[in-house]
Amino acid sequence: MKTLKILTAIAVVVILSAFVVRSINPNKVGGNGYGIGDIAKDISLKNIDGKMVSYSDYADAKGFIVIFTCNTCPFSVANEDRIIALDMKYKNVGYPVIAINPNNPEMKPGDSFNAMQQRAKEKGFTFPYLFDEGQKVFPVYGATKTPHVYLLQKTEKGNEVKYIGAIDDNSRNANAVKVKYLENAVDALLSGKTIEITETKAIGCSIKA
Amino acid sequence: MKFYAFIGILLLISCKGGNPEIVSFEDLKEDMSFVTIDYEGLEDYLEASEAAVHVVNFWATWCQPCVKELPHFEELRATYGTKDVKVILVSLDFPDQIERLTHFIEKRNIQSEVVFLDDGDGNSWIPKVDATWSGAIPATIMYNDEKRSFHERSFTYEMLEKELKLFL
Repeated sequence: MKTLKILTAIAVVVILSAFVVRSINPNKVGGNGYGIGDIAKDISLKNIDGKMVSYSDYADAKGFIVIFTCNTCPFSVANEDRIIALDMKYKNVGYPVIAINPNNPEMKPGDSFNAMQQRAKEKGFTFPYLFDEGQKVFPVYGATKTPHVYLLQKTEKGNEVKYIGAIDDNSRNANAVKVKYLENAVDALLSGKTIEITETKAIGCSIKA
Repeated sequence: MKFYAFIGILLLISCKGGNPEIVSFEDLKEDMSFVTIDYEGLEDYLEASEAAVHVVNFWATWCQPCVKELPHFEELRATYGTKDVKVILVSLDFPDQIERLTHFIEKRNIQSEVVFLDDGDGNSWIPKVDATWSGAIPATIMYNDEKRSFHERSFTYEMLEKELKLFL
């Protein structure tokens, strides 16, 4: 009888602990992050001016050009002027650039919050440059490198992912660009057309988390 | 006759003394520490028909984790180079900063074969290297004529050797 009680107690503990483990590890977003057509959750990240930024702050936006980028990756640096130009071109028609630095400054001191502020000032960034504190947002998106673009469109369901990948077909040399993938995608959204190329790839620096 | 002998001697002298600044094209090629290729050229390295195991690493001099793991690839070459293992380092450095690559190879005395991939349109060739590659570096392919594995990550020497042994 005593043995049965002990066995029952053990079984209860085992079953309960299984539940506890499950609740500690809720089903995470799949390792691959967002795909085309997924709804991106809102963010709340600190901008270089110290204020928190969310998509919901932009009542008039039609969507967002979200770019994971940083100070230290040469491909990011090579694209800074292009990112500023994108913001200038599309902010006023409803698609502002939101730049997010996903790197951990402990791994990459050149990507610290202070360094971000400095770089933004030097280059005259016209867009928010957000710090992914604790490196929590980039894995949700599935970003793996800098620069890595996610184009979102505001829909009734939420901010829908419409394009993922590269800014254009030559990240190393702006003068050699032939196809502007991201601009083509935004232009398609603006004119209500289907985006022809929804996913592209480019060489980038692995994110240092 | 005397005249011709004189010319002959002159020629001999000039050949021996030589014009040191004039080097043949073949010599030049040997002096260069890497070859420059586009993606079409890279395909030869990704689908070599020999029986050897190929370890192809994508890197750049400005990529910190790449530079950190590079000695492991050098060690792999030194250890397994005689056992039909070929290590190829594919540099993705910027074309206008190519002297950085030259300098790096010399300074670090890199022994593995280095190729410089001068092909900016990554979207056209990254998926051909591997469908799962996002384009982040470092990235490494291992293959022989039977199988192939792709890794978008950094390696320690132990991990690299373990992976290689699956092919030996």
